[in-house]
Amino acid sequence: MIKIDIFKKIGGRYGAVDLRVNTTFQSGAVTQISGPSGIGKTSLLKILAGLVLPDSGMVTLEDEIWFDKAKNISKKVQDRNVGFVFQDYALFPNMTVEEHLRYATNDKEYINYLLELGEMKVLSKRYPKQLSGGQQQRVAILRALATKPKLLLMDEPFTALDAELKLRLIKGLSSLFLAQKTTVVLVSHQNDEFAHQNRNVFLLSND
Amino acid sequence: MDMEPIWLSIKLALITTIFLLFIGIPIAYWLSRRQSIVKLIIEALITMPLVLPPSVLGFYLLLAFSPNNGLGIWLHQHFNLQMVFSFKGLVLASIIYSLPFMVSPLKAAFSHLPKSMAEASYVMGKSKIKTFFYVILPNIKPSIFTAAVLTFAHTLGEFGVVLMIGGNIPGETKVASIAIYDSVETMDYASANAYALILFAITFVIVIGVFLLNRSAVKSPFE
Repeated sequence: MIKIDIFKKIGGRYGAVDLRVNTTFQSGAVTQISGPSGIGKTSLLKILAGLVLPDSGMVTLEDEIWFDKAKNISKKVQDRNVGFVFQDYALFPNMTVEEHLRYATNDKEYINYLLELGEMKVLSKRYPKQLSGGQQQRVAILRALATKPKLLLMDEPFTALDAELKLRLIKGLSSLFLAQKTTVVLVSHQNDEFAHQNRNVFLLSND
Repeated sequence: MDMEPIWLSIKLALITTIFLLFIGIPIAYWLSRRQSIVKLIIEALITMPLVLPPSVLGFYLLLAFSPNNGLGIWLHQHFNLQMVFSFKGLVLASIIYSLPFMVSPLKAAFSHLPKSMAEASYVMGKSKIKTFFYVILPNIKPSIFTAAVLTFAHTLGEFGVVLMIGGNIPGETKVASIAIYDSVETMDYASANAYALILFAITFVIVIGVFLLNRSAVKSPFE
């Protein structure tokens, strides 16, 4: 279980917002965060990853303290073993699809498995700029999975995929999450994603 | 005609560019990170040679390196370095003088990279150093090339600073731009013309090269 109780003043393109979150996310389950634009959904994911530090409060995963302002504890991003799918994909223009995965892991079999899962096998030698938006988005997802993270954070990960492909991918991902006991927190405006499995919805609002 | 000034210019520009690559990349990366008042002041100082008359820089370097002054005495006593009227002095002056041409395009390139790119690498457990060499640097390669070429071209065309602290010693500080001035002084227009034409041709080719490269890879660094 992830326990999060934090406060952070965020100043984004929508003006200053007070992000106050006090909730728990169930381990091994998919939690969907929804809420209006600019309320801090992305910031919440980045706080979980350790990319953004809260102004106060604490974050724990099972019994491990990831962040505690009072005790001055902050586990480094690199040591948290999370996967992150960025909204802008954040692909590396200098690496091919396969190189993205090789940068994350040395496990060749697993890389092959991921390429199959994302239907990217034939495109594995291509660079990001030679891929369509949907293909880039899939690379971002596969790369995040490559380190076999305990916690997978996804920021609107399926927006560029067509309905059919999205269904197939989510089906594949679901069984992978089950096998690896991955805890998933995703930001999405859609309600049909992962609807068939253990899924919680967390509505972020500022009251 | 004596080709030595041309070779000296190229040698000076090449050495300056190599030094500046090693100095400029870390400075530019540091400047591109979070802003602070200290960084603002340092960036302003680095940019000064762009707008300052070269003679101002040359004058202060002349004072600083003078064998009768503190720094000059110290350099002479500890390293046996004589900076004024020497090639070494020219290299040091050129490094300062051309610093903005290296730092400014690189800083722009670093700041244009999406923040999430480095974050994606950190999340995968990669250190800041590894991320810098595997993700950040390879993705600004065109800008590194542009910055290096601009630095080279700018150092090649240096005149004021060289005149102030280098003087006109053949084989030591008499670079091409000085040789042109010297030739005109002695009414040797043929030599002046030859030097000028060679400098013109080299610089023209370099600028065209930068344009071609920028068209296919990145925007001009000063945009």
